[in-house]
Amino acid sequence: MSRLWKKYRFLIARRFTQILILLLYIGANVWGWKILQGNLSSSLFLETIPLADPYAVLQIFAAGSLVAIDALIGAILITLFYSLVGGRAFCSWVCPINMVTDLANYLRRKLNLDKFEKKWWASRNVRYWVMGLSFIISFLIGTAAFEMVSPISITHRGLIFGMGFGWAAIVTIFLFDLFILKNGWCGHICPLGGFYSVIGKYNLVRVSHNQPNCTLCMRCKEVCPEKEVLYMVGKKSQVVDMGECTLCGRCIEVCDDDALNFSLHYFAKKGEKDES
Amino acid sequence: MNKQRRAFLVSMAQNIAIAATGGFLWSAYVYEAKAAPLILRPPGAKKEEEFISLCIKCGLCVEACPYDTLKLAKPGDNKPLGTPYFIPRDIPCYMCDDIPCVPPCPTGALDIDSVTEVKDGKREFDIMKMRMGVAIVDMKSCIAYWGIQCDACYRACPILDKAIYLEYRKNERTGKHAFLLPVVDPDYCTGCGLCEHACVTEEPAIRVLPREVALGKVGKHYVKGWDKSDEGRLEGSKGIETTVTERSKKNPIDTLNEGIDFE
Repeated sequence: MSRLWKKYRFLIARRFTQILILLLYIGANVWGWKILQGNLSSSLFLETIPLADPYAVLQIFAAGSLVAIDALIGAILITLFYSLVGGRAFCSWVCPINMVTDLANYLRRKLNLDKFEKKWWASRNVRYWVMGLSFIISFLIGTAAFEMVSPISITHRGLIFGMGFGWAAIVTIFLFDLFILKNGWCGHICPLGGFYSVIGKYNLVRVSHNQPNCTLCMRCKEVCPEKEVLYMVGKKSQVVDMGECTLCGRCIEVCDDDALNFSLHYFAKKGEKDES
Repeated sequence: MNKQRRAFLVSMAQNIAIAATGGFLWSAYVYEAKAAPLILRPPGAKKEEEFISLCIKCGLCVEACPYDTLKLAKPGDNKPLGTPYFIPRDIPCYMCDDIPCVPPCPTGALDIDSVTEVKDGKREFDIMKMRMGVAIVDMKSCIAYWGIQCDACYRACPILDKAIYLEYRKNERTGKHAFLLPVVDPDYCTGCGLCEHACVTEEPAIRVLPREVALGKVGKHYVKGWDKSDEGRLEGSKGIETTVTERSKKNPIDTLNEGIDFE
């Protein structure tokens, strides 16, 4: 039992936070709870603290409008949180689509699809192009462009306010990730993930690798949704310094050799320099 | 070297083409999807163009609405995704005095200034100022225009006798009855839709439409000469300007009579 906990502690914690956050939002709309109202685009925490999606606010700005003070403060608070301690944790600890793509990935591994499937190649930088395009289109059309199509918002809003045909977005992403492109949505296309990768680039909380313990089993790279960030595994002791790491902690759980752990950015970095 | 250069240029062109294709498809979709000229927005909403650029689709207004009037557009509703709207025939706006839906708006897409008034240095809500739409009567399907007595919309109107008033007219068909005709005054109508909700006909004979769709505009070249304040607009104007051309230099009568031999 304790082994089960050790192997899935972050996964369980992540599902718990994801579902808890969803439940608080749903409760606000259905039963009138006053803890977390609104949705991931913008919300009100404990009836006082505004929170807002900084990427959406930026798109609105590109569309030619300046949001009122509440959304502005909200966006700044969220940006501060993720750039200081959160990193790209939104993707693996909050975003509801994460559960869909994780399931697709899990099935992909279990069914061994990678071995048989026709390989597609796509750059993981597509998301930054999509992000750039979203600002240009917002500017040209005069409305937040990604917010009009975002399957994240469609799913999240759907769960809180009523789904409509929104399930189609979930099925599309699931099939895309399962059969077309590994980590297709979260790891290649989603501009929100790209956005959090950018603002979370210098955050404090990091995964760090302890090379001497590593036995090169490569289980961490197998489960990692952004495996390019683990480039140092087996090579040198270092923190994972790329913003694309979602801090999901799966690599830490699957490692049997205690070669990966959460640490704080700058302290860990100094430590290794002394070692080497 | 030349080959490398070529490969680089081709891959650049490829990337740009992919971005352009995606970008055009995406823009085309967004452009079509944001157009909703017949949608009714929550109280205090800015003009549709501004509203659609500001709304962050958080649903805080929807959650604040005590009557479940406001809805967030779902995929399949054929409305700009995630934006709030209401359908008065289903649930109208009950015009709460404390307007709970407007203050929660974090982006200002719902403009609090448009539904408040400063009285004695204190900001007070005034729901009568809101203009979500305007009610329009279809005279052919309104049974009051048939001569049947019905004043459901008039009675339902929260600004009765101002936003909807009854006009009396003689019923020539019977010769001894009166028509009691509901007439909407757009100067007072807030677009709450209580009339549309109350209308007894199968499809409502009175409907709320967005003001930009339903109302005309005179233009500033018409002046109500009998209205002092409107007449005031002429003050300081330079009077009627005449364009002088080569031909109009002469007196019109001279021009008309030109070349005619009167003798």
